[in-house]
Amino acid sequence: MAGSTLEIKNLHVEIEGKEILKGVDLTIKGGEFHAIMGPNGTGKSTLASAIMGHPKYEITEGSVLLNGEDVLEMEVDERARAGLFLAMQYPSEISGVTTSDFLRSAINARREEGDEIPLMKFIKDLDKDLDYLEIDQSMATRYLNEGFSGGEKKRNEILQLMQIKPDIAILDEIDSGLDIDALKVVSKGINKMRGENFGCLIITHYQRLLNYITPDFVHVMMQGRVVKSGGPELAHRLEAEGYDWIKEELGIEDETVGQNA
Amino acid sequence: MAVDTKLPYDKSYIEQFSSERNEPAWMKELRINALEQAESLELPKPDKTKIGNWNFTRFKHVATGETISSLTDLPAEIQDFFDVENLPENIVIQRNHSVAFAQLNEELKNKGVIFTDIFTALKEHEELVKRYYMKDAVSVDEHKLTALHAALMNGGVFVYVPKNVQIEEPLQAVFWQEDPEVALVNHVLVVAEENSELTYVENYISNNKEEATVANIVTEVIAQDNAKISFGAVDNFAAGTTTYVNRRGVGYRHATIDWALGQMNDGNTVSENVTHLIGDGSVSNANAVTVGRGKQIQNFTAKIAQWGKNSDAQILQRGVMKESATTIFNAIGKIEHGATGANNEQTSRVLMLSEKARGDANPILLIEEDDVTAGHAASVGRVDPMQLYYLMSRGITQEEAERLVIHGFLDPVVAQLPIAAVKKQLKQVIERKVN
Ligand SMILES: Nc1ncnc2c1ncn2[C@@H]1O[C@H](COP(=O)(O)OP(=O)(O)OP(=O)(O)O)[C@@H](O)[C@H]1O
Ligand SMILES: [Mg+2]
Repeated sequence: MAGSTLEIKNLHVEIEGKEILKGVDLTIKGGEFHAIMGPNGTGKSTLASAIMGHPKYEITEGSVLLNGEDVLEMEVDERARAGLFLAMQYPSEISGVTTSDFLRSAINARREEGDEIPLMKFIKDLDKDLDYLEIDQSMATRYLNEGFSGGEKKRNEILQLMQIKPDIAILDEIDSGLDIDALKVVSKGINKMRGENFGCLIITHYQRLLNYITPDFVHVMMQGRVVKSGGPELAHRLEAEGYDWIKEELGIEDETVGQNA
Repeated sequence: MAVDTKLPYDKSYIEQFSSERNEPAWMKELRINALEQAESLELPKPDKTKIGNWNFTRFKHVATGETISSLTDLPAEIQDFFDVENLPENIVIQRNHSVAFAQLNEELKNKGVIFTDIFTALKEHEELVKRYYMKDAVSVDEHKLTALHAALMNGGVFVYVPKNVQIEEPLQAVFWQEDPEVALVNHVLVVAEENSELTYVENYISNNKEEATVANIVTEVIAQDNAKISFGAVDNFAAGTTTYVNRRGVGYRHATIDWALGQMNDGNTVSENVTHLIGDGSVSNANAVTVGRGKQIQNFTAKIAQWGKNSDAQILQRGVMKESATTIFNAIGKIEHGATGANNEQTSRVLMLSEKARGDANPILLIEEDDVTAGHAASVGRVDPMQLYYLMSRGITQEEAERLVIHGFLDPVVAQLPIAAVKKQLKQVIERKVN
């Protein structure tokens, strides 16, 4: 079988006792690029966090399967080693740990003890990806995300994506805070990952990212559910017309998660 | 608990000890006077730590150690202190109370640089030692432990760099307490004359997990006008050693004294690191890290007192506490009246790894001048679960993620250590202590 499959079925998620996701269904296969759009506060980041295993989110119903295996039973690091990756909307700053040391730990975590990546190979690969993403070499020796600008953090997330080479990646607002040039570079990095062994879920508010990364599927989230799915043309329509027409179509008055249709 | 304040060694013992080493008369006299004062002086009173019943007075006083013929002829734990591929040129290894190995680059010798054990220095450079020994930095009569130190000093080194001599290669001292019972009453005296420059790094190590003994260390660091001293240390006394360590600097005009201290003892420890910035434009950066584990109790004071105009002081302390360890960090910035334009910044951070550990960071600013800048930050916290989540989301195990966060937390200080091999060795010690 080429590529992996991530299946999200009827996913319900609570945070601090409040239900945020109310039955999400979504399947992402190797080779496919999906985009999720939707107004603020409709549960997009919650979906991403719940799949990755963020400690604050509680799954109350439903399942997440990666190649048929129960992801929800796995620890966060096991999910990552099983092939999942999440570029976070707000990456943590890790003081005292250089980007390069961190990346080497992440790569070696996927290899057997005694079979660690040779240092020279690691440096060569890293230099190549830094160049590709037009990131200054000095970032490798800077502490991870500490004092990084918003755009630098996003580029660093994509650097990690390229270095770790997951099977399925979720990118949460990877385009927020990027200037035009950075947006192009980041898109270039993501596009380089394309292939039948890589599936991707892109959370974004803007068509401008999708101009560079054409999705195969576009989904709209409201009230903690996927309320509409389509092809790239759906994103164009949202860009042109906003969300009102969908709300009207579905009889939704308030799209945030506190409400029910 | 009744405290036994009776001292274990008397006047005749000290006279004999001094005579056997052919010490100058003034030194013998200093010891005997100090002994008298030690009887009556009180123990120091470190803020928030009660040390009244710690053993500072009962110990075995001397032991010799065999010499070694080459640096490659040492146990692995000592070889860790240097890079075997690139052996240090300037090194003194003190084994118990004997010099096991000593060498100094010829060129430096010819320039008048002195780097030798304290007893040799008392013979060969008596006037210089006499000029500085417990005079400008630490006084004999500060409290019982300084007096006891002066009375019973049994080891140490003397570093002297003449005017206008700048040394690039570091000077390294290894104090290896091989005998598990013997006390180390070590005196390190570093003098940098006008416009000179040096890097000195010291390592303390012992292996006495069961046997109880004492380390009483006084270090005096004098930087004359325009001198620059970079001082690094890794203290690694085993659990059986109760340690008092006093490292004090005095900086004159435009002098710089930088400290990077890895305080990795496993036993109870009182550490004072005080720098007096006397001269205008003088600078000190005091960096210290510690890892507390087991039931050990530690008290660290980093203080910089500023008299000099436009002097600059930075204190950075980091501590990791596990198990039932207790650590108090006192950071004290003192700006004296008249020190206009002085700047004092301090940051103390403690990371708690267990519910039972105790950590306390007390930032203190005492300012007697208006025209100054000063700031402090202190925090006691736990490992941030969001950081662990982020690292684990990249496939790193929880254990490894914690290790990264802890090392990262200490790194800003560890990175300051001037010798790469010592930095590496400190990282290894940290590794051993946190896991
Ligand atoms: N700790 C919390 N306690 C209560 N509610 C929370 C908590 N964290 C998130 N929420 C709520 O969950 C809802 C969904 O948040 P989420 O971050 O998933 O939205 P989003 O779709 O990613 O929005 P955006 O487009 O603004 O990033 C929001 O209403 C938010 O306020
Ligand atoms: Mg979001």
